[in-house]
Amino acid sequence: MSGAPPLGGGGPSVDPGTADLAPGLLRRSWAVGRTKVGLALTLLVVAVAVVGPFVAPESETGFVGLANVRDAPGTLFGTDNIGRDVWSRFLYGGISLLWLSALCTIIGVGSGLLVALLAGYSRTWVDEVLMRTTDVFLAFPAIVLALLFLAVFQPQPWTVVLTVAAGHAPRVARVMRAAVLDVAGRDYVRSAESMGLRRWPIRLGDLLPNVTGPLMVESGLRLTYSVGLVAGLGFLGLSGLEADQADWGQMINENRVAFEVQPWAVLLPVVAIGLLTVGTNLVADGIARAAAGTDREVAE
Amino acid sequence: MREEGRPISAATDAETTGGSGGLEVRGLRVTTRTGVPVVDGVDLTVPARTVLGLVGESGSGKTTVGTALLGGTRRGLRVAAGSVLIDGTDVTRLDETQLRRWRGSRVSYVPQDPTTALDPAMRVGRQVREVLDCHDYGSGPDERAARVREAFEEVGLPGDEAFAARYPHQLSGGQQQRVCIATAFATWPSLVVLDEPTTGLDVTTQSLVLGTVRQLTQRHGCAALYISHDLAVVSEISDAVAVLYAGSVVEQAPTAELVHRPRHPYTARLVAAVPDLDGRRALRGIPGGAPSPSGRPDGCRFAPRCALVVDECTTELPALREVAQDHLARCIRSAEVTAAEVGDRRRQHAGPGDVLLSVEDLSARYGVVQVLRGLSLRVPRGACVALLGESGSGKTTLARTIAGLHTEASGTLRLGDEVLPFGAHARSRGTRAAVAYIFQNPYSSLNPRRTVGESVGRPLRVLRDVRGDELERRVGEMLERVYLPARYAGRFPDQLSGGERQRVAVARALIAEPELLVCDEITSALDVSVQANIVGLIEEFRRDLGLTLLFVTHDIALVRNVAQQVAVLQQGSIVEDASTDELFEHPSHDYTRELLETTPRLAT
Repeated sequence: MSGAPPLGGGGPSVDPGTADLAPGLLRRSWAVGRTKVGLALTLLVVAVAVVGPFVAPESETGFVGLANVRDAPGTLFGTDNIGRDVWSRFLYGGISLLWLSALCTIIGVGSGLLVALLAGYSRTWVDEVLMRTTDVFLAFPAIVLALLFLAVFQPQPWTVVLTVAAGHAPRVARVMRAAVLDVAGRDYVRSAESMGLRRWPIRLGDLLPNVTGPLMVESGLRLTYSVGLVAGLGFLGLSGLEADQADWGQMINENRVAFEVQPWAVLLPVVAIGLLTVGTNLVADGIARAAAGTDREVAE
Repeated sequence: MREEGRPISAATDAETTGGSGGLEVRGLRVTTRTGVPVVDGVDLTVPARTVLGLVGESGSGKTTVGTALLGGTRRGLRVAAGSVLIDGTDVTRLDETQLRRWRGSRVSYVPQDPTTALDPAMRVGRQVREVLDCHDYGSGPDERAARVREAFEEVGLPGDEAFAARYPHQLSGGQQQRVCIATAFATWPSLVVLDEPTTGLDVTTQSLVLGTVRQLTQRHGCAALYISHDLAVVSEISDAVAVLYAGSVVEQAPTAELVHRPRHPYTARLVAAVPDLDGRRALRGIPGGAPSPSGRPDGCRFAPRCALVVDECTTELPALREVAQDHLARCIRSAEVTAAEVGDRRRQHAGPGDVLLSVEDLSARYGVVQVLRGLSLRVPRGACVALLGESGSGKTTLARTIAGLHTEASGTLRLGDEVLPFGAHARSRGTRAAVAYIFQNPYSSLNPRRTVGESVGRPLRVLRDVRGDELERRVGEMLERVYLPARYAGRFPDQLSGGERQRVAVARALIAEPELLVCDEITSALDVSVQANIVGLIEEFRRDLGLTLLFVTHDIALVRNVAQQVAVLQQGSIVEDASTDELFEHPSHDYTRELLETTPRLAT
């Protein structure tokens, strides 16, 4: 049986605040059409990146012919700017982007969530200090902050991850604090307080489980941005990877000059990155729609 | 009457059966897209100049009926059969363009919550004017401006420019609702649908608004449908009442007849569930709950909860038939239905017990806003003390301060001999267990991500260190004591009805065996039939376990039925503190007297 509305009136007064709290969010998200499309796109790109290195016809770094030949013999998509096999480079080059973006997302969203839980449920100066600090960070565009960081520290994979994650954290903190604040005002939190429970058990036991809806939306969104940022840093040669290592972002940079004679070396990674961002974004959007109940049929 | 003032020329090609005036609904059936009927077999007749009350509990379909009269449905629903005749025109056959002309001019709507119905960024005069402009009212701007002034005066608001220039947030809740009513009546409609228009208002304001509506239907010669879950309010305003249960009308009769000689068992039980302000009859709930649209039984839908049920009831849905003049009932045993017995007045006395809770010179504030002003209160052990006040009187703040949820306070709280510090953290584990709190809204007081068992067992785990099998056993026992099956422990709150959730909240409050239970408006979000059950449950614990109750409420009729002692709170001070009998027989404060006069009674 579905939850009856609190007062009199039929169904239109379904409390929008509880819509994202009901269990089964994943199931409802799946029912939204765009989630399926998004997941299919994401899985396709992930499959290429994960399986790619095992099925690549050539090695990652070996030379197979002259540079920038579109139809070099024995290759599927020709050779790149110094004569390596484009198709093999493409198959090798996705995995670094994936794990870098995933790490950025986990660390960025995790630390943002921590700040949100602390600030959203303290009702003291701690909230002010934390949120004003995030405001300072929010004043800089993420990419500018990243470039500044990487100019100070040598670009290493871990500095790239920390840089991008540091860009996410304040943005995640903002959004999640609002979600935490909303839940913190609910009576079940007061009920826990009246039993004398301390703040951290309440944060983890009552607040965190009830902000998973917005948290999932935020994670999907941040994953999309991570892919874009990491690929962008790769394009600028700041991904911190070895110079000859295959990487989609780096590939675009290496081959952009010869785009007119050998477009494949640019197009393949561009299309893959595009599909991945669109896919993750669609999934995030699907979850958001399910959480907000936008596509919900009337309760039976 | 100014018939010539009616400017409407909503010429339609829809079927017209002659202008009889008023509303006539025949065989209305609204279903979901998959065909599950939400409302089925609704027949209503409302002649011009009369008010029909439509009473039903949550989920009975009363709002669905109300919106269908405006030619609309909620997303996912559609009108499957039936006709809605307003002045002889079938609204269900109008197309979108015709409907748009129809709504606001021939039929209008007053919503439940004026704060969301009014545009906060638009001056109120402009909002009334909007509907006139939209329907080309009268001959020109001057006539419309005059009508806006007149419409405000009709609902008892000032008709001057200064008032029309105000924004909604500059008005009180009652004034806002009167602006909505002025808008609804501005174009001289034939039918006005009012959907719980006074639910959010204080009783004194409510009685003003009811009077206004009553007067306007007379003056305008229009028909009105007044939708509410509150039979007492409906009986105050309506000429006749229709009772809706599980999507169909089960009884319709003139108001006094329906209240005093109900001919359907559901109506009879509904009347018995309304708290009697004069304390002449005991409060009784209705066992069980109303079925959801997809779970309605074959035959009479009330059969599973009915005391008069026979085999025949469960096989075929009874027809709505005339059982007396102007009195329709959908029951095959309507002759055997008896009205709620009116017995001797129940006398409510506080026992001679010692004082359990004493509040001395308590003041509380939120920031700079002083909410409680040095009040004192004593709660005898084993008694139920009601704390009566309207919204903003500070009653919830007082309850929360006692429960340790509000710390910006000064004064002394004592539980027995022990001084209670403000704030639960500062209290000993023993005192935290001794004072329990039940929240107003069971939809937000249970964590949606915890099972019922986890929520109920939590105080025992936190306050009494009970774990494992012992915890599980005691949770099961507690659920059964509040008349829920022990297997509910594995369910989540969204699988429960409002009444069941509140039972779970009661179980959670009582499992750690408190001495004092603070109930903050615990029934205001529930239907009356469920309210009576919850109140009965609490009373049972008081009697059997010697539990002491502080019962916070705004409902003076309920107070008479639950409390032995009453403290009336107004603007942060206690203005009257007396035994229940004394308060009702000899109210000493003006505010109390006003409450007693304005609170709706079932028609006499």
